[in-house]
Amino acid sequence: MTTHTIRGEKNLQSITTAHPDGIGGSPLRPDGTLKVKGEFAYSSDLWHEDMLWGMALRAPHARARILSVDISEAVAQPGVYAVLTHEDIPGSKLYGLEVVDQPALAIDQIRYHGEAVAIVAADHPETARRALAKIKVEYEVLPPIVTEEQCLDPETHGYVHEPHEAAKYTNGAHASGNVVHSQKVVSGLGVNDEVRALADVVVVGEYEVGMQDQAFLGPESGLAVPAEDGGIDLYIATQWLHVDRQQIAPVLGLPENKVRLTLAGVGGAFGGREDLSMQIHACLLAQRTGKPVKIVYSREESFFGHVHRHPAKMRYEHGATRDGKLVYMDARIVLDGGAYASASPAVVGNASSLSVGPYEIPNVNVLAIALYSNNPSCGAMRGFGAVQACFAYESQLDKLAVELGMDPVELRQLNAVSQGSIMPTGQEIDAPAPVAELLQKVKDLPLPHPNDFQDVRGLPGALSNTSHGEGIVRGVGYAVGIKNVGFSEGFDDYSTARVRLEVIGGEPVAMVHTAMAEVGQGGVTVHGQIARTELGVERVTIQPANTEVGSAGSTSASRQTYMTGGAVKLAAEAVRNALFALGRERYGWTGNDLSLTGGKVVSATNGVLVSIADLLGDQAIDLTREHHHRPTVAFDKETGQGFGHVQYTFCAHRAVVDVDVELGLVKVVELAAAQDVGKALNPLSVVGQIQGGSTQGLGLAVMEEIITRDGKVRNPSFTDYLIPTILDTPPQPVEIMELADPNAPYGLRGVGEAPTLSSTPAIVSAIRAATGLALNRVPVRPEHLTGTGG
Amino acid sequence: MRVTFRANGRQVEADDVWEGESLLFMLRERLGLPGSKNACEQGECGSCTVYLDGATVCSCLVAAGQVQGREVRTVEGMADPDTGLDPVQQAFVDAGAVQCGFCTPGLLIQTHALLDRDPQPGDNDIREALSGNLCRCTGYEKIMDAVRLASARRCATPSEATP
Amino acid sequence: MEFLRPATWDEALAAKAADPSALPISGGTDVMVELNFDRHRPAALLDLNRIGELTTWERGTFEGQRGEVIRLGAAVPYSRITAELSDALPGLAIAGNTVGSPQIRNRGSVGGNLGGASPAGDAHPALLAAGRDVLVEAESVRGTRLIPIDEFYVGVKRNSLAADELIRAVRIPVADGPQTFSKIGTRNAMVIAVCAFGFALHPPTEHRALGTVGTGIGSAAPTPRRAPEAELFLTEELAERGLWHRGGLLGPAVIQRFGELAAAAASPIDDVRGSAAYRRHALAVMARRTLTWSWNDYTQSLRSAA
Repeated sequence: MTTHTIRGEKNLQSITTAHPDGIGGSPLRPDGTLKVKGEFAYSSDLWHEDMLWGMALRAPHARARILSVDISEAVAQPGVYAVLTHEDIPGSKLYGLEVVDQPALAIDQIRYHGEAVAIVAADHPETARRALAKIKVEYEVLPPIVTEEQCLDPETHGYVHEPHEAAKYTNGAHASGNVVHSQKVVSGLGVNDEVRALADVVVVGEYEVGMQDQAFLGPESGLAVPAEDGGIDLYIATQWLHVDRQQIAPVLGLPENKVRLTLAGVGGAFGGREDLSMQIHACLLAQRTGKPVKIVYSREESFFGHVHRHPAKMRYEHGATRDGKLVYMDARIVLDGGAYASASPAVVGNASSLSVGPYEIPNVNVLAIALYSNNPSCGAMRGFGAVQACFAYESQLDKLAVELGMDPVELRQLNAVSQGSIMPTGQEIDAPAPVAELLQKVKDLPLPHPNDFQDVRGLPGALSNTSHGEGIVRGVGYAVGIKNVGFSEGFDDYSTARVRLEVIGGEPVAMVHTAMAEVGQGGVTVHGQIARTELGVERVTIQPANTEVGSAGSTSASRQTYMTGGAVKLAAEAVRNALFALGRERYGWTGNDLSLTGGKVVSATNGVLVSIADLLGDQAIDLTREHHHRPTVAFDKETGQGFGHVQYTFCAHRAVVDVDVELGLVKVVELAAAQDVGKALNPLSVVGQIQGGSTQGLGLAVMEEIITRDGKVRNPSFTDYLIPTILDTPPQPVEIMELADPNAPYGLRGVGEAPTLSSTPAIVSAIRAATGLALNRVPVRPEHLTGTGG
Repeated sequence: MRVTFRANGRQVEADDVWEGESLLFMLRERLGLPGSKNACEQGECGSCTVYLDGATVCSCLVAAGQVQGREVRTVEGMADPDTGLDPVQQAFVDAGAVQCGFCTPGLLIQTHALLDRDPQPGDNDIREALSGNLCRCTGYEKIMDAVRLASARRCATPSEATP
Repeated sequence: MEFLRPATWDEALAAKAADPSALPISGGTDVMVELNFDRHRPAALLDLNRIGELTTWERGTFEGQRGEVIRLGAAVPYSRITAELSDALPGLAIAGNTVGSPQIRNRGSVGGNLGGASPAGDAHPALLAAGRDVLVEAESVRGTRLIPIDEFYVGVKRNSLAADELIRAVRIPVADGPQTFSKIGTRNAMVIAVCAFGFALHPPTEHRALGTVGTGIGSAAPTPRRAPEAELFLTEELAERGLWHRGGLLGPAVIQRFGELAAAAASPIDDVRGSAAYRRHALAVMARRTLTWSWNDYTQSLRSAA
């Protein structure tokens, strides 16, 4: 790699830390010091002399034909180095995560509000802005296809992707009309009148989940530097370097080995960086101008520039016997995928296969579909289809408990899955599944003290002074959810790790190199811990993540510790075995009871044999391994049957809220979580992940929604897309269970997503308890609580 | 235009500043101080929090020209070259309050100001003081722990006032 | 774009007269958002940060206003209003403490709120409630004009300043009775008001034979406005029943009616932050509560004075 003058590059070099703690401890993050000093280079901090600023022109319509684009005035502006449209793309014009259906720059039509039409490179962001204002685009605005009814009747209302175009999309096999993907799940006898007759009590509900945004704080940004070999070096904040490269290279007309990606500091992701945002744009501009190009989105542009969580409309029907045993469940889940497919097929797979929740239900009939529409594009967001389903089935369980006159926790415990249960997809849960115990743990926690109304900051409204105690009613609610870990349905979701052991300064040092995107979750800390545990060393160097090592898969699906941690473990074990082989050859050791501890090779029978430093000398052992999980298969198209998921994970919440019932304002007083994490490799990080995920669930419950009208986004800013502040979040006690999953490295279970599922319905359940209202939609707004619209 | 002011105790000068630029842009892009972050550009997230003449402000909302001749302190000025991390910085690392870390610089300045003003804040005081700093990763619990830890350590070992 | 940095108030007035399109910037918490979001490109920015008197306040008596008055410099930040003027201007201090965030409150000011004249500005309901004799001091090279607060707001984000005028200060009578402020937002901090309500009791004093009440409505009409019928209703009720002197219970019917009249004075719309129906509903609740709190405080103070 050629050297660059990239300022702020400290964390683009390797970081070495020394610590005694292996797995199970909570050593400090290796990048923590840089981060608190303000020296950690996020993608938006990168700077290169002669860099240009790139910016995109975005369409103001949700659906339109492009009649003409005139860039002549923009090109002529001083300080502008390039203005590009789709006509300037050297390679293929389309890209996509699962379906290759998305133009890098709009070709002849606009399919969503904010779709990029042209890009500009200029010497200052203000120059770029002025240049964009000079690009003249003539649109023929078309009526947008935005409701379920319109989407399902393309003959009348139109196709978001014309059939003849969709037929050409790679992997577009599942799309039909405006349906991107559909999945059925049928188990037992399905659901018919015979089956319905088996139930004493039936509850039906229609539920809605609004469009949530990941709202990661670090904006989309990156720096593309043209290389001397005609390739591009891209410094990028993303979730999966290799899949980014896979999508970028063909558009640039370059082979993958000429497009080299290095992970720049990531300011959060939560799924919103799983798709490409500005990567292709920056590379195209760098290619064209021959100069480094940096693109940084404003917050407003960010709301248009990444995919959001699928809004969902769900109809659920549960039947149970008089004593509370669930007999059947019928569900129809409609997810609005917006203009491009993104991860919609996988989200449908998750929503359908997890639609039942962590319950044993003998007869199930589910249909989940994702639609193309002219609404904003939706894709991966932490929880990935299971969040929407969890709100529906947990709301149903509460409703059923009322109908049966049963305690809502007992009803859940009565029907909970456990190890050995069969999911409605036919997959056996072959690891611990302590659903009933998790619910019991949150139930057994002492309740917080009643509000003494002495401090207005502890009341709904806080310093806005809306209540001094009047109208405040407390409510308590429970929920539990099931999430899968890893990529599913037959995808070989492997990770690669390279581990090197050598002696530096008389001491053995392990180096770990993976392409894992550290987005804040703490994977870089865990890799060091694994290396220390497996190799008995203290000093570990974590190399910057780049495409020089094999893929580490995506930082999503709660999978990184399992898969890339597992790869580090494999590679470290291989290094250890090679070290032992070296020792056997040199010293003639015969025992099979060797281990590495405290920098030494130790035999269980003979004690310390030799120090690693002496054994290695000048040599280095440098090995790369791939970690593959056990194979999964696709779900059957008609029945949804199949061993589709790698692992299941469970989380339960109890929420306590104070509601000002006259004004409809909510304060979450406490949000307690209990989760089985299999093995907490880093307990401090595990709790941090659970609290962070729970808070995103809190946001979805009471405040977060991208509001659209006719496909146009009405609130693309932090003044009107509200995420929780520290005055909105409560104390969050967390109970961890560690019941090992025998199929996973160290017995661990993926942690990040399960808390986003049960937090939302627990809070809504608590609000229902306080108000007596049905509340079938999230986020819950004051209008819902006061009967004044919305 | 040219803007001359004091940043972290040193005289600094920025040239060719566009008149509509913010202090945040000037710090990050012209003065080699990218520690303060831009997450919203409208004062709704606190990631750009700096000291301006001793009061915490959102630097995205201060026009570059407004700091002429004034005193700015950023996260880059918190650590001491001789004694290391400021106790607030150390507490954030120790308490696990840093995940992606994008919100951290703004929180550090705001926490530093809080503890200078009120060395032993109660929980609601902490929440009120930090209510203008968004974090998306942590759920704020470990941030609360970090502030309490910094407060406890400060009260346990009284030392010269932090600069 | 020019960046003008007058060192004195006179220089500022001269600059504004020379180029009326120059956009005054002080705390920057509104102006910089407009610039950052590319919504506005004025020919010149007029930075007022060097002008010391704008960040001072004084307490005294002024011609044309009864009793003691706080002459509040236009650029006194909200954090200082809350810290230094909680006793003299309690409603405004509470309102100021709901603005944005602590960082915003260190820069934002009443002058900024008045200059922008947004119906969502938090200061406005408190200013209106503080009395009809609140005066905005508008100055230009042509002299000083005192604009009664009720004449200040003329349209959505439009005030009655002339193109060459700058706001020097606001003259607000020192509170002689309980004053408060309440604001609705859909989270517990950093919110732009869905709607807001300011309320003040103005008991009879040596300067005022008839006790009155003050109200102010925010984010529920094209401009901030008071609820004149609600004020009249309550004023008459308090006078007829001699309640100013006796204290005593208002009674639920009076409180309820006051709330209805306050809500009826609003002209809210549906927008992305809330529905019109919710705003009306919430205003009635806030009017009832702020009246109840204020009246309770007042009757307590009568008892302790007795």
